[in-house]
Amino acid sequence: MSSILDSKTPEGPLADKWQNFKANEKLVNPANKRKFKVIVVGTGLAGASAAATLAELGYQVDAFTFHDSPRRAHSIAAQGGINAAKNYRGDGDSVHRLFYDTIKGGDFRSRESNVHRLAEVSVNIIDQMVAQGVPFAREYGGMLDNRSFGGAQVSRTFYARGQTGQQLLLGAYQQLARQIGQGGVRLFNRSELVDVVVIEGRAAGIVVRDLMTGELSSHSAHAVVLATGGYGNAFFLSTNAMACNVTAAWRAHKRGAFFANPCYTQIHPTCIPQSDDFQSKLTLMSESLRNDGRVWVPKVAGDNREPHLIPEDERDYYLERLYPSFGNLAPRDISSRAAKRAVDAGQGVGPKQNGVYLDFGEAIGRLGRDTVAERYGNLFDMYERITGENPYDVPMRIYPASHYTMGGLWVDYELMTTIPGLYAAGEANFSDHGANRLGASALMQGLSDGYFVLPYTISNYLSEWLNKSVPDTSHPEFAKVENEARDRYNRFASVGGTRSPDWFHRELGKIIWDYCGMERTEAGLEKALGEIPALYEEFKKDLRVTGGTDGLNQTLEKAGRVEDFFELGMLMCRDALDRKESCGGHFRAEYQTEEGEALRDDDNFAHVAAWENTGDPMAPNRHVEDLVYEEVHFQTRSYK
Amino acid sequence: MTNTLKNLTLKVWRQDGPNTSGSFETHTIEEITDEASFLEMIDILNERLIEDGEEAIVFDHDCREGICGTCSLMINGQAHGPERGTATCQLHMRKFSSGDTIVIEPWRASAFPIIRDLMVDRSSFDRIVEAGGYITAATGGAPDANLIPVPKPVSDAAMDAAQCIGCGACVAACPNGAANLFTAAKITHLNLLPQGQAERYSRAEDMVETMDSYFGSCTNHGECEAACPKEISIDVIALMNADYRKAKVQNRKQLSRT
Ligand SMILES: Cc1cc2nc3c(=O)[nH]c(=O)nc-3n(C[C@H](O)[C@H](O)[C@H](O)COP(=O)(O)OP(=O)(O)OC[C@H]3O[C@@H](n4cnc5c(N)ncnc54)[C@H](O)[C@@H]3O)c2cc1C
Ligand code: SF4
Ligand code: FES
Repeated sequence: MSSILDSKTPEGPLADKWQNFKANEKLVNPANKRKFKVIVVGTGLAGASAAATLAELGYQVDAFTFHDSPRRAHSIAAQGGINAAKNYRGDGDSVHRLFYDTIKGGDFRSRESNVHRLAEVSVNIIDQMVAQGVPFAREYGGMLDNRSFGGAQVSRTFYARGQTGQQLLLGAYQQLARQIGQGGVRLFNRSELVDVVVIEGRAAGIVVRDLMTGELSSHSAHAVVLATGGYGNAFFLSTNAMACNVTAAWRAHKRGAFFANPCYTQIHPTCIPQSDDFQSKLTLMSESLRNDGRVWVPKVAGDNREPHLIPEDERDYYLERLYPSFGNLAPRDISSRAAKRAVDAGQGVGPKQNGVYLDFGEAIGRLGRDTVAERYGNLFDMYERITGENPYDVPMRIYPASHYTMGGLWVDYELMTTIPGLYAAGEANFSDHGANRLGASALMQGLSDGYFVLPYTISNYLSEWLNKSVPDTSHPEFAKVENEARDRYNRFASVGGTRSPDWFHRELGKIIWDYCGMERTEAGLEKALGEIPALYEEFKKDLRVTGGTDGLNQTLEKAGRVEDFFELGMLMCRDALDRKESCGGHFRAEYQTEEGEALRDDDNFAHVAAWENTGDPMAPNRHVEDLVYEEVHFQTRSYK
Repeated sequence: MTNTLKNLTLKVWRQDGPNTSGSFETHTIEEITDEASFLEMIDILNERLIEDGEEAIVFDHDCREGICGTCSLMINGQAHGPERGTATCQLHMRKFSSGDTIVIEPWRASAFPIIRDLMVDRSSFDRIVEAGGYITAATGGAPDANLIPVPKPVSDAAMDAAQCIGCGACVAACPNGAANLFTAAKITHLNLLPQGQAERYSRAEDMVETMDSYFGSCTNHGECEAACPKEISIDVIALMNADYRKAKVQNRKQLSRT
């Protein structure tokens, strides 16, 4: 299959590509920058850092978020940390090692050039964030502290207690706030992108809905950046914030942007198990806990003694047993599947037997309660608030949950989607994590995209448009797209059925979780591809949205987001069905080794699958971008 | 371990918009497990309302992990409810008993106009940050991070203040509707750090004056500290006041020089 996808990877040896790009890109001179308007949708780590930096450079920036303030973006919830190849520990870290770990962690399904660039700029991110006042954890000498995270054998993770995402987002938000205060950025809060406007093949602007008034409005620009986060809430139950959704990326997809690797979703191993059927959300317990916590289940299925009554030799510390060199720090996909197997085998613990233990008994004995409290105190408190159990005395119970999405809008090396002038940054794109993301690498990628990549690459595109006119909102296409959006919301409000958007979301999520979750099979995916469209038909006929389309209506907002999850769900299953191999977070039961590990098929699937919308969500076109590895060699990903 | 609560009476504030008057609406929750979070209880109620053809209760929430600062309910007259150091979304039903009556209201403060039902507009907080709650460090060109050593106690104290989630409970709890705890938390975070010194006094002056233009003034009730889900210490206000006073003197001196 020939590819219409041009990754625009620069020339030269891998380690020189980013320098070569910067040396050769087209620039826009400072005086001309103010002639360009850039729309940034999303003000999480990726969007806030991009908007602030573009404004510093002199571009006119309009930033949009459905939140009331940029400080509320989902990035705020990241707990564990951010990676950087600083090698402050002198433990053998380097740009190359971070690059290699990320490629291997992604199970050899990411683009080498992007990942190398990410590792290169990782060091600038830490410098930048410290300069902005992010209070990272320090050692007594005043230097920055580090911890280790899954999938790495060096300590390269910087952190701010258990609130790294919060502190980084506040840092980026403060830079953005400075620009808003100085007039460099206009912020449109509580404003949701409901469509992307494409005119003559290039991104011309967006249509947004003011969530307070229900009013639709058009906004034009020279370029549009989507930094709108991931789609983990397709599963309904996930660790994502309640409002996370795929709408922005999906609307762009429907207007022509290819969607890459939708089946690459990450199921995080350490979340608090579901306690009830009506639960709305799951809570993550940071992976950093696995530095000191030991994962185990009773050796015998159905053993429901209290944990402290189960003697050491009747416990199975299965990660330490199966993966001796990484032990409890085995990567996420591997740890998650191991937990699922234990629970499926009847060794699950807790009232619903739906969890495994994460035990700090040994760490408390070794380090003392105070040190453990210093490292994880706030996580322990959070656990206790939710479960009513005190993890200093009783082991935590954990189980995997949907957490992150590696798939997303296809972008080239410059972070441009297949629609010229439309960029995607942060979790919204597919770029750097292949089939599995390593812990502490999403924050790194979001800030890399926003601070250090987009501000360079965007001028390459904009420079072509200097002193040329681009369509403004009086172009009839804007009115047309606005009308389509209006019709859509009127449609939701007038179905007059019996079920709420949440009801449909929960049912949809169950299907996707059961058949396109931690383990997938051909039969299961076929089944899901029958059930999702059927449920979608029901949604169209039986949805009930109370309240009208004017003014604030959270039920209506939800209806739009759920509809987009339906179509995305179909694409996730289609992608999972067509990828006849196992890799990273995509585990097809048919393709596994004798030991039950993922079995890749590098001959046939060492490529990105990028889907083109055809108008029929059940019949999209699959395009491929072959992944060419110059530097690394395919290896079986082993953490034994 | 799991218990079921029975017969809860909820009195929920309903209000159509900023300029209309509102009133309490009563709902009964016949049964709910104590494993449920407070907001899950409202989710369930909302599902029921939609099924009955009624409009769902509007409330702000997002992360449900106590970190984004979006949730904002006055529960039985207490900002974020009865559990200390806990945001509304982290409150679980095991803190309540069968037969309880629970009064649920929005934040009430003149600087936080009600948008609808339980949702308020807190953008005045953003204005305070925009006035100076940052360190000017444009992207690129930052020195190596370890060139600026920060003593651990200083970094820890900055972090204690930086934990503020911007929820506004301090304002809601304050009889004067003052935003001193929020503003002081941000000022303290930045003013303690070596990186924040260059703008220390202009930051204090600009942020305090912007705060004063939206919010009431502090008369040391201390309700803010008790309501704060991040248990930010009221000591930060003393530091802010000291920096503000110095700022007034110092900034005047610098002005007279120009
Ligand atoms: C609980 C949790 C813990 C995590 N911990 C870590 C960690 O320790 N380390 C790590 O590296 N990563 C971690 N991650 C992953 C990481 O936090 C995210 O991948 C990353 O923060 C995403 O940033 P973003 O800027 O791409 O998107 P987000 O922060 O999700 O921001 C999306 C933005 O887009 C806006 N938006 C979305 N759609 C629209 C629309 N239609 N219209 C208008 N605005 C819109 C939102 O308002 C928001 O401003 C964690 C994730 C979770 C769920
Ligand atoms: S100081 Fe406390 S109560 Fe006030 S906004 Fe910050 S976190 Fe909320
Ligand atoms: S919903 Fe985020 S703090 Fe409560």
